[in-house]
Amino acid sequence: MSYTTPHLMLSGLEPLHLTPESNFVNVGERTNVTGSRKFLRLIQEGDFAAAVAIAREQVLGGAQIIDVNMDEGMIDGVAAMTKFLNLIAAEPDIATVPVMIDSSKWEIIEAGLKVVQGKCVVNSISLKEGEAVFLEQAKKIRRYGAAVIVMAFDEQGQADTYQRRIDICKRSYDLLVEKIQFPPQDIIFDPNIFPVATGMEEHRTNATDFFAATRWIRNHLPYANVSGGVSNVSFSFRGNNRVREAMHAAFLYHGIKHGMTMGIVNPTLLEVYDQIPEELLLHVEDVLLNRREDATERLLDYAEGIKTDQKSDASKKTEAWRATSLQERLTHSLVKGIDTYIIEDVEEARQNAHRPIEVIEGPLMNGMNVVGDLFGEGKMFLPQVVKSARVMKKAVAYLQPFIHEEKVEGTQSAGRILMATVKGDVHDIGKNIVSVVLACNNFEIIDLGVMVPPEKIIETALAQKVDVIGLSGLITPSLDEMIFVAKEMKRLQVRIPLLIGGATTSKAHTAVKIFPETLDTIIHVNDASKAVTVVNNLLNKETGPQYRLDIRKDYEEFRNKFLDRSATKNYLSIAQARANSLQLDWAQYTPPVPKHLGSHTLQDVDLSLLLPYIDWSPFFRSWDLHGKYPEILSDAVVGSQATELFDDAQKLLKQVVANRLLKAKARFGLFPVNRVGDDIEIYSDPQRSNILGQWITLRQQLQKRAGEPNLALSDFIMPKTMNKIDYMGAFCVTTGFGTDALAKKYEAANDDYNAIMIKALADRLAEAFAEYLHQQVRTHYWGYAPKESWTNEELIKEQYSGIRPAPGYPACPDHLEKKTLWELLKVEDTIGVRLTESIAMWPAASVSGYYFAHPQARYFGLGKIKDDQLIDYSKRRHISELEARKWLNPNLI
Amino acid sequence: MIALEELLQKRILVLDGAMGTMIQAYGFEEADYRGDKFLNHPCTVKGNNDMLSITQPDTIKEIHRKYYEAGADIVETNTFSSTTIGMADYQMESFVYELNYQSAKIAREVADEFSAITPDKPRFVAGSIGPTNRTASMSPDVNDPGYRAVTFDQLVEAYRQQVEGLVAGGVDILLVETVFDTLNAKAALFAIDGLKTENNWSHPIMVSGTITDASGRTLSGQTVEAFLISMTHIPLLSIGFNCALGADQLHPYLQRLSTQSPFYTSAHPNAGLPNAFGAYDQTPEEMQKLIESYLADGLVNIIGGCCGTTPDHIRLIAEVAAKYQPRTIKIDS
Repeated sequence: MSYTTPHLMLSGLEPLHLTPESNFVNVGERTNVTGSRKFLRLIQEGDFAAAVAIAREQVLGGAQIIDVNMDEGMIDGVAAMTKFLNLIAAEPDIATVPVMIDSSKWEIIEAGLKVVQGKCVVNSISLKEGEAVFLEQAKKIRRYGAAVIVMAFDEQGQADTYQRRIDICKRSYDLLVEKIQFPPQDIIFDPNIFPVATGMEEHRTNATDFFAATRWIRNHLPYANVSGGVSNVSFSFRGNNRVREAMHAAFLYHGIKHGMTMGIVNPTLLEVYDQIPEELLLHVEDVLLNRREDATERLLDYAEGIKTDQKSDASKKTEAWRATSLQERLTHSLVKGIDTYIIEDVEEARQNAHRPIEVIEGPLMNGMNVVGDLFGEGKMFLPQVVKSARVMKKAVAYLQPFIHEEKVEGTQSAGRILMATVKGDVHDIGKNIVSVVLACNNFEIIDLGVMVPPEKIIETALAQKVDVIGLSGLITPSLDEMIFVAKEMKRLQVRIPLLIGGATTSKAHTAVKIFPETLDTIIHVNDASKAVTVVNNLLNKETGPQYRLDIRKDYEEFRNKFLDRSATKNYLSIAQARANSLQLDWAQYTPPVPKHLGSHTLQDVDLSLLLPYIDWSPFFRSWDLHGKYPEILSDAVVGSQATELFDDAQKLLKQVVANRLLKAKARFGLFPVNRVGDDIEIYSDPQRSNILGQWITLRQQLQKRAGEPNLALSDFIMPKTMNKIDYMGAFCVTTGFGTDALAKKYEAANDDYNAIMIKALADRLAEAFAEYLHQQVRTHYWGYAPKESWTNEELIKEQYSGIRPAPGYPACPDHLEKKTLWELLKVEDTIGVRLTESIAMWPAASVSGYYFAHPQARYFGLGKIKDDQLIDYSKRRHISELEARKWLNPNLI
Repeated sequence: MIALEELLQKRILVLDGAMGTMIQAYGFEEADYRGDKFLNHPCTVKGNNDMLSITQPDTIKEIHRKYYEAGADIVETNTFSSTTIGMADYQMESFVYELNYQSAKIAREVADEFSAITPDKPRFVAGSIGPTNRTASMSPDVNDPGYRAVTFDQLVEAYRQQVEGLVAGGVDILLVETVFDTLNAKAALFAIDGLKTENNWSHPIMVSGTITDASGRTLSGQTVEAFLISMTHIPLLSIGFNCALGADQLHPYLQRLSTQSPFYTSAHPNAGLPNAFGAYDQTPEEMQKLIESYLADGLVNIIGGCCGTTPDHIRLIAEVAAKYQPRTIKIDS
């Protein structure tokens, strides 16, 4: 975010910066009557609503600016430009991005400039009609508040050689900057992209001249940007999209390397450079870079080949599976997650069936059973299963009206399962995955969503006569909530099997803490693929009862073993533990003074900044694919699945970043502190004028080997008795705003795959944000490590100096610390993240914690603590022992 | 006389408070508004505060005087609605030049009185240029989102007339304020820049936007940063926010603006949010405390008050402003 050097800044409802660090900017080209026949037709017919929809598609497809062009002889350009821009101004999702007013007629450009509130781009002006007109127009554009594209065009015509390109650009630049003080960063040159492989000798260097001119402009005309209409280059290959897409990608790749900063493209029609087949790329680049005499002929030959290839290949494949029986076709669609033919096939099945419901019970369920089997055998992976579910949902949605017409009761399901994330918790990725997988296996799911109170769970379970209740939760207080649900069920004599799942749940906790409270079976299921087997076993009419008994026995044994084992551990009294605290050499230590003391807010951090900080391994884990990134992508078993999932994630991520679909916000602060006992006092200033609050830390009590200290986080802070001030920080970051809306949108479209994906990505972005912010704090705000440079891998391994433990995690399991943090930083007031009654953060994709800078500060696990510390803690916290017990329950012996 | 820009480097300058709130206290009736000049005006004019500069000039001068006495460095002319568009409601379009000229002239006179007494603390007059009551980038008709009640060209023409009057009357600064639609403000800047070029004027321009609610956006939907980017094509003296919110609600937006603005920054918030009766209850002491947090954070160069603020508010604001260093223009990197 360098605002110190001049750079192009544009705005719609939101800003767009083109800094030297920012990525290439895509300008959407489809709202252009000269380039899109469809758009032209819509404007001619006056169907502006549909025309506006095209603009929306462009923005959703990743366009960061939208180019609008109304230059057509039969259209009143001024009126059409005015009306269209006025209409998109009323659509916040479109108006977010800046507009590019594209016309060769000045009166149309000026009409556009008069209706756009943000800083837009004029496309274009040139020296075509001489200096006077050129400067007059530039002055006007400046007065209207827009940036400008200058075409390499002069009185003699359009520049078609390297020399002409740079001469005209230089002349234009000097006139603009020197004569009328036009800000150079607001100038964007279009050095003309012309077609290659036309067969004309003089066109051989069209691409290389453009590249060379681009580099020259970037080196010699300070702060100016370079753009171009990319589709032009592949004009000779109209009708062969494969070659065109490859050529556009290769052209952009080289253009960007030479300094091209933006381009007018169809963002939804772009091949990824790395994925262009080697041979095709070779031929394309031979042409673009003018590497061989016969490059054009060779590419034309090759293009002819792949064109027919492609057709015959694709059609052969299509024929192959489309020619099979209806059941096979349905199964194929479901297994492969293809929705192209599903409606047509389902309709055929419906006509063959006596009743529409039979289509679901028969052919569709047969197909889903294949999916279930493949999944069970480990031949299909979760992301594929979710895609299958998407196709299934589409099929069912199609049949629903017919079923209703018949007024027949719902399909015979394999069982009815209630799913809920418990009260106080908002995490639902895992729960949703399990729901989808179960639904695929013909179980009827009643999903109560997140933060569901126990009475609602029980009431619904009874009213709907469910067969199984699945409880999910991620944060540690949810563990107690689950115990509470079990206790309530016991009190009300509700006998329904319970499934327990979620990141912090464990078989140990389930067996030791929840199991004693249950009347029926309880099973810990942390793996979606296991859920189906478990539920099938539970509900099997013949073997079910025995299975339940077996499970009860298993949990009983597990519990006893666990209790035996834990009994043998020795614990110190809290006084003994404190006597064995970590003794750092405080006399020799000078705490680094933060460069920016106090609280800071970042309201809308560019998501693209966070991408390098993403730790992908947990992402795969959330989809039940186990392994380390990036090795997992080439893993023998899950590699191809992981790669596909990763590609889908990248696609969605790209959209999210380009359109800022999620908001990254942070609130953090750095404060003077000292340690007092196991507490850390937070002061208003280094003179300790006021105590703003205190952190309460907990100390390990497990007896350690000789020489090993019993740690508390406060050990890393200068004791007040040393009479020297120390510093620490606190933070909350979120990337969760926007997640729910997107997930709902996908769910509404029966697309659970992307609904889950967006949440998983938001979680990853939040963690990445925490990592990014920690680095900013170390290098800038606190500044104790101004020169550190770690790779992402090293960051993930936490090789840097200082730690950022989070309340609720092993070193500091006390969630109540979050309340202190919220008050201290005014988190809710500043960035809107709030705490639920169980002190989970909402939105869920948020991370909060402390910053410690001492080089010896490290992560550790608190482990179990004894009642003496609990009682001491309740006094320090000013809460009753009972309440303290509730919050620290998972850590009590 | 010390130049404005030189002063801004040395200290935080104080803008005046509300004009409307002060006028209300005089309890003028229809006849007072009309005076002699508009005795036979064809429509009711009560509530047209801007015309009081012509019909009750002593009162307006007294209000300016009170603000200068309270410590204001800059007072705003009584011209918030003095455009042909704003005056259409009172059928007074043809008096626009005179309204602006008279308002500027009387403010100038009071400023010069004070500057003569304290030459080390020169007083300035800012010509108040309101947003008009129409929006150029939003439709007032929900069923016709493409419709606009005013065009850019109409706005430019209206603003040109206003600015010509203000400059002829002797203002030092042109203040485009309460910007709720950026396109309206762009039209104002278009008019001003045109006039400045044609006439070789060098009047500095202040722009003050309005964040309408907790969404942190202008009424026309722009974020703070998008608003800033849309306003930087013309060199400004300052950019800031006023109206709609109280000082505490405005704080985060001002913070954001302050880290990114290449110009000086200004704020003139309301005296809190209005109560159930539309009145403002925030006391001068309460507001002073909130403003002090701006100053402590180094967010502003020019500070004053909008709706509900009085000379007492401005006195306490000026007191606390004197204790702090002005914001230095240093953009976040």
